[in-house]
Amino acid sequence: MENSSVSADKWHYLTDKLPLDKEIDRLIDFLTEHFAFLTKAISKYLETVIEISTQGLMSLPPWLVITIFAILAWRLAGRHVGIFTILGLGLLWNLRLWEPTMETLILVVVATIIAIIIGIPFGVWSALSPMAYRIIMPILDFMQTMPAFVYLIPAIPFFGLGAVSAMFATVIFAVPPAIRLTCLGIKQVPKELIEAADAFGSTRWQKLFKLQLPLAIPTIMAGINQTIMLALSMVVIAAMIGAGGLGSEVWKAIQRLEPGKGFEAGIAIVILAMILDRITQKIGKQNSPER
Amino acid sequence: MEKIRAVNVTKIFTSHPQRALTLLEQGLSKDEIFSQTGQAVGLVKVSFDVGEGEILVVMGLSGSGKSTLIRCINRLIEPTQGQIFIDGNDITSLDHRALLELRRRKFGMVFQHFALFPQRNIINNVEYGLEIQQMDKLFRRDKARQALKLVGLEGWEAAMPNQLSGGMQQRVGLARALAVDPDILLMDEAFSALDPLIRGDMQNELMSLQARMKKTILFITHDLDEALKIGNRVVLMKDGQVVQIGTPEEILTTPANDYVKRFVENVDKSKILTARSILTEINLFAYLEDQPRDILHKMQTNKVASLFVVKRDNTLLGIVLAEVTRQAVERGDKTIANITESQVPTVITTTPLIQLIRVLAKWPWPIPVVDKENKLQGMIVNQRVLKALTKGGE
Ligand SMILES: Nc1ncnc2c1ncn2[C@@H]1O[C@H](COP(=O)(O)OP(=O)(O)OP(=O)(O)O)[C@@H](O)[C@H]1O
Ligand SMILES: [Mg+2]
Repeated sequence: MENSSVSADKWHYLTDKLPLDKEIDRLIDFLTEHFAFLTKAISKYLETVIEISTQGLMSLPPWLVITIFAILAWRLAGRHVGIFTILGLGLLWNLRLWEPTMETLILVVVATIIAIIIGIPFGVWSALSPMAYRIIMPILDFMQTMPAFVYLIPAIPFFGLGAVSAMFATVIFAVPPAIRLTCLGIKQVPKELIEAADAFGSTRWQKLFKLQLPLAIPTIMAGINQTIMLALSMVVIAAMIGAGGLGSEVWKAIQRLEPGKGFEAGIAIVILAMILDRITQKIGKQNSPER
Repeated sequence: MEKIRAVNVTKIFTSHPQRALTLLEQGLSKDEIFSQTGQAVGLVKVSFDVGEGEILVVMGLSGSGKSTLIRCINRLIEPTQGQIFIDGNDITSLDHRALLELRRRKFGMVFQHFALFPQRNIINNVEYGLEIQQMDKLFRRDKARQALKLVGLEGWEAAMPNQLSGGMQQRVGLARALAVDPDILLMDEAFSALDPLIRGDMQNELMSLQARMKKTILFITHDLDEALKIGNRVVLMKDGQVVQIGTPEEILTTPANDYVKRFVENVDKSKILTARSILTEINLFAYLEDQPRDILHKMQTNKVASLFVVKRDNTLLGIVLAEVTRQAVERGDKTIANITESQVPTVITTTPLIQLIRVLAKWPWPIPVVDKENKLQGMIVNQRVLKALTKGGE
């Protein structure tokens, strides 16, 4: 050990370095070796999904896509957000950033959907079982404090360079708020209401689907909102491993020292973030009982 | 058979109650046990039963274990020891499935803070109990509408709970409980969060609903006036123990101990006490065939100013007054037929004190208490009424 890493601390001769790095590498090697068939399959499948939806979105003329999004935003979140969507997406189109924007959008949406599919059940589970809570919460703390870049490294051996690896890292990075806020939303349901549901003879599932989840929706939506924002920020970082999209525009600008181009891509990300943020926030508010 | 029967129900809030139970056996108090073990004692050997169609009110101060008790009855809280029988079946041993089934079939529950589901509109709230029993949609709509009508909230089906006033919300709570057509209503301080006027209305309404529906009701309150007003019988609790069980009148007239006595001191007794509890027995009568001279003699030797006139079978005919009798004697009358005043106000044994007072205000003589056949049972004299109102009953 000591030969391999030069130590400045003279007391280091007293102890051998713990081989934490080697062990983790071994673990990852082991996982890649034995679960390659699984990761390969997931990889294939996801790649197809991403490709098809990107192509689908690309094949439509931008004005049509902008109109569809504007109508969606208007319907879901009101007139102002609708207008903002037209102007924002129009600007991106004008800046010749249409294609990377759509790529990024797809990555974010797919990653968010996966994060929700994973996050809500885990959130429910940790809210209902104190045992699960004690196990899951420290893991979430760990996942959230670990620098996001670190997830990129093991993603590559599992899924290879490209969008799927980026997706994997993004989901891990973005799933904690979905779990946490689902858990919080369910725990927040007043005890008296749970008692009322029990007093009428509700089963556990009836309580969950008729009372706890409906009442937790505003909180869960706040979690999903955060998940989307985290996914968006991670997608930019994930450009380092070839995720494409607006992130790679930023990277290109960094490498070529073109601050103007960098800002253009940055603004595009901000606009996308704002549209997604407003829409999800509004959905959350609409579902709160104290409307 | 009793609808509900609780036998020695004890609740310690912990998963390891052994030590607390032992200390309880040794006769330690709730506070002592808490300071020694850190475990909260909720109930100590509570036993009572509730007859079919009866309103039993459980009354006690905050922390006396009322909510714990009512939740033990449908096992929202598991009793640590003791049994609970519903229709004669011990429910403490039921498994989860059977317990759900029991709650669905037998119980309706109303909560202090209403506990309406905020995301559901009124009709969907009322339907809840039927919905989880997977009743047919049309059927449960219909039932829910009937229940809403019963509590006087037709036309509010589509409103959301937070659009309703407290009193209306609790009507919805009541309708929700009634919609499943339960045998037993559990009401935990159902009216405590309402302001006094609305509260009085709701009490009256509950009583008139009860007169029609004949449910078995376990009603919790911390308000003795409320307990005495609506309860057929009242259970008084203190520190998780039953202090006294009895009819409102029994509690007022024969308090079990000083604690109860202190409680009942400030109650408005005029509405709860009835003629029965303060009537004076009569052992002097005037019979129709008596001569005025004999009656006057009877009055003078016993120092009374009036006598009730009865037939031999005790049927009330009227009253004779000393003054008038003396005049009759002087006139030389041979019967009392002419001097018997038959226009006497009468009351029955269940007439509340407050009505007696009204009669007393207009009638200076004792008031006869009669039964349904107009047979004389006793009389009410001024003095006893005043005494009853100022002291703890007798
Ligand atoms: N879940 C619990 N864990 C521990 N102690 C409890 C619990 N629930 C109740 N207690 C204790 O049991 C006792 C009785 O409480 P309970 O709620 O039954 O009283 P209450 O008569 O309903 O009072 P209130 O009028 O305030 O509602 C109290 O001392 C309380 O601190
Ligand atoms: Mg209580």
